[in-house]
Amino acid sequence: MSETAASTQSLAPPEPLVFEYSRPGRGAYSLWPSAEGAAPAIPAHLRRAAPPALPAASELDIVRHYTRLSQLNFSIDTHFYPLGSCTMKYNPRACNAAALMPEFAGRHPLASAAHSQGFLACMYELQEMLKGVSGMQGVALSPMAGAHGEFAGVAMIRAYHRSRGDLERREIIVPEAAHGTNPATAAMCGCVAREVAVGADGDVDLAALRAAVGPRTAGIMLTNPSTLGVFERHIEEVARIVHEAGGLLYYDGANLNAILGKVRPGDMGFDVIHMNLHKTFSTPHGGGGPGAGAVGVGPRLLPFMPVPVVAQEVGRYRLLDEKDLPQSIGRLTGFMGNAGVLLRAYVYMRMLGRDGMSRVGDYATLNSNYLLAKLRQAGFVAAYPERRASHEFILTLKEMAREQGVTAMDIAKRLLDYGFHAPTTYFPLLVAECLLIEPTETESLQTLDAFVAAMSAIREEALKDPELLHSAPHSMPVRRLDDVRAARELDLAWRPAAT
Amino acid sequence: MPFIPHTSADVRTMLEAIGVPNIETLFEEIPSALRIGALEGVPSALNELQVLQLMSARAREDGRPLCFIGAGAYDHFIPSAVWSLITRGEFYSAYTPYQAEASQGTLQSIYEFQSMITALTGMAVSNASMYEGATAVAEACLMAVRANRKSKSARILIPRSMHPHYRAVARATTANQGLVLEELPFARASGQTLAETLKSYEGSDITALVIQQPNFFGVLEEVDELTDWAHAQGALVIAAINPTSLALLKPPGQWGAKGADIAIGDGQPLGCPLSSGGPYFGFMTARMEHVRQMPGRIVGRTVDLDGRRGFTLTLQAREQHIRRGKATSNICTNQGLLMMAGTVYMALLGAQGLEHVATACMSRTAELVAALTALPGVRPMFGGAHFHETVLRLDRPVAPILEALAARNIEGGFDLSPYYPEFGPSLLVCATESRTSADISAYALALGDVLKNVRAA
Repeated sequence: MSETAASTQSLAPPEPLVFEYSRPGRGAYSLWPSAEGAAPAIPAHLRRAAPPALPAASELDIVRHYTRLSQLNFSIDTHFYPLGSCTMKYNPRACNAAALMPEFAGRHPLASAAHSQGFLACMYELQEMLKGVSGMQGVALSPMAGAHGEFAGVAMIRAYHRSRGDLERREIIVPEAAHGTNPATAAMCGCVAREVAVGADGDVDLAALRAAVGPRTAGIMLTNPSTLGVFERHIEEVARIVHEAGGLLYYDGANLNAILGKVRPGDMGFDVIHMNLHKTFSTPHGGGGPGAGAVGVGPRLLPFMPVPVVAQEVGRYRLLDEKDLPQSIGRLTGFMGNAGVLLRAYVYMRMLGRDGMSRVGDYATLNSNYLLAKLRQAGFVAAYPERRASHEFILTLKEMAREQGVTAMDIAKRLLDYGFHAPTTYFPLLVAECLLIEPTETESLQTLDAFVAAMSAIREEALKDPELLHSAPHSMPVRRLDDVRAARELDLAWRPAAT
Repeated sequence: MPFIPHTSADVRTMLEAIGVPNIETLFEEIPSALRIGALEGVPSALNELQVLQLMSARAREDGRPLCFIGAGAYDHFIPSAVWSLITRGEFYSAYTPYQAEASQGTLQSIYEFQSMITALTGMAVSNASMYEGATAVAEACLMAVRANRKSKSARILIPRSMHPHYRAVARATTANQGLVLEELPFARASGQTLAETLKSYEGSDITALVIQQPNFFGVLEEVDELTDWAHAQGALVIAAINPTSLALLKPPGQWGAKGADIAIGDGQPLGCPLSSGGPYFGFMTARMEHVRQMPGRIVGRTVDLDGRRGFTLTLQAREQHIRRGKATSNICTNQGLLMMAGTVYMALLGAQGLEHVATACMSRTAELVAALTALPGVRPMFGGAHFHETVLRLDRPVAPILEALAARNIEGGFDLSPYYPEFGPSLLVCATESRTSADISAYALALGDVLKNVRAA
């Protein structure tokens, strides 16, 4: 370990588990509701015998504990976070402020029409804006994440074929570089994923696609730009092949940021799309969620949308249910999905406006192509050097792995020491030792240059002292963790010591 | 430009480095026939002041009625520290903790969540959250089919006294995988699912029995008897529970002789605002023997190269990014930030605080029921023990009553008549610790007035 790295180690002990703050008799008393009135008795055999082992700590202990834990995280607000396929752009504070206005935060999902019009107006307008950017004819907002939107989409495709008496179509075609959620969703919907090859130039192999489609084809799931960070140039031909075979086209909206305001999935021939509002429309990722995976549909799938959908009828808004949409795939959420996330996305879209939408596509693509150009100048190798980058691009480090024994994981971990979150590593699986890098439009030229400087410095280190990289990171709260032990000696919950 | 920092000098520098004359050239690989001009359907931009003015006006339209609706979403008090902590940028704007060394804050919090929620449910293991309670029921049904290897039927019994939306979500989510969800009747007198009703299922292949405690009517079920019955049939038990109630009620891990196999629920009562239905978080806990059949992320404790304690995502071979088409679920993004709210809420309240909340809910609801049933034409539907909601029987249609109450700024409850036509006019009401005696009196007064003006059936 280098001396500078050693000097960054803190002398403070690691933050204890919250349970270690517990002392019998301690508590955040001012938070306890007063116990007026008599509660009815619960029959003894249904009562809890012993209290659960939750912390017994002061409010200050808890506030300090979670404040300290937060400081162990990298986040968009603290670090450049160029995680490919995840669109880690700035999350404007106004979106959160609006969603947490007391009337919105306190609105019950089953509130009467009289106390719903303001909220539903936002939701209706959000549906309309999402139709506009996607080029689709209907939008349903309830799916709660990208994968949930995928589920809705594939379930609609199945319902469509079933409504035509076409019962054998159970194959979902996915390119070999597809997101893992695509084949997993196919399975959730009782379908089988069938992979098609991608050519050396990054586009789908059309001959392989023609050979794959047939009377069992339910549809194809594609991202465009693809997971390889390039635009699928033959998309119109892909649509023709799949439609002529009787299948439908599903657009995985993970990469919508790249083409926002430039080209619309509906115009490319897609029948259904999910949009990750937590990517393109900048709602927070929250350390793993919540997301929102609104779905848009073309004319074939309009009758099958999941409920509820917001309708406007003579100036009043109301939620449509199964009675209004009898062919609907049904209800996928207890109420109407991640409404507070939808409000945040609505506010963001209103602040961007019409022109702001296409600027997103412009500057996300500019930043990505600039970063790629500078990294190539610094000696890094592009996976698709002949292609324009979209909003993200792939570097392949297989030469470095061969010559210096330094892997993509080593580079990723060393970047943390330089104060940058790592790009996506080892996805897509198709490219050896890859880094998938997505800067987003909200990063400045200065931040991108600082990232290039860090990557160049790490490249130097790889030549001189590869061990430094193998053992990175050196300045984080922990060093590399023993994942094998984590899986073999499962410790998934704290338990009080037996007394 | 909103949220884009580039100066025109920056843009020139960048285009030069790339070697293109303008940004437009970067899109040259897109077939020109597909390119669009101005976007339809999107209005022009508002600045932050304008958008917040718009949102304030929309919020005022909805107002802040007095809420007596429960039905799966509960108006609990949320300590100020909860959202002040979880909206710190380091939690709010972080991604899924795939880079463990740079995500120890989120990872340790998830481990603490897993510890607390399993302490509450009395189960061995928990994942890091599902979308919400309803999807957790659906995922639990799919998990039970994988976990119960002796059962070949993929047949799951769900009580009709479970939330109708939860049942609808379970149906829509599992139908394409061939699961058979059969609805069990409840006793009209008590609102409970009774073991004697289940006699006709004995001897047949049942994969799992779902038990909701308290059920949709707020009624407490005989969970021990139902659990033992299911186990005797070779079925697994899926417990669907309200986490607040577990401060007082027997945890599913102790139901019957062996305990439930999977316990799930909606975490909304633990620090999540009502927010029109979401974001909330679902939780899923299970017996240790089923851990490899669980969907979603799980965090484990381990050590780093220097032997220091650390936390990491584990058992990832269950998940879609590794196992693809053979994963236990397609779930990727979950409800991490809301799980954080639940974690901070449980840590702040502790066992004693949570018991105060649950007890206060029960006494408020008792007060509410006493006040409302003192009115002519309002009667309780079921006797027996309740948690914090209850069904009232009315002598005239509910919809116009609720509308008249809404005009007086009161959300009076959830109309059950469309879902349970055999009840006739019936209303599910709820009072949490947030409702005061004055609120309850105001509701009783308003309802008394409204009943004078709405004609009896």
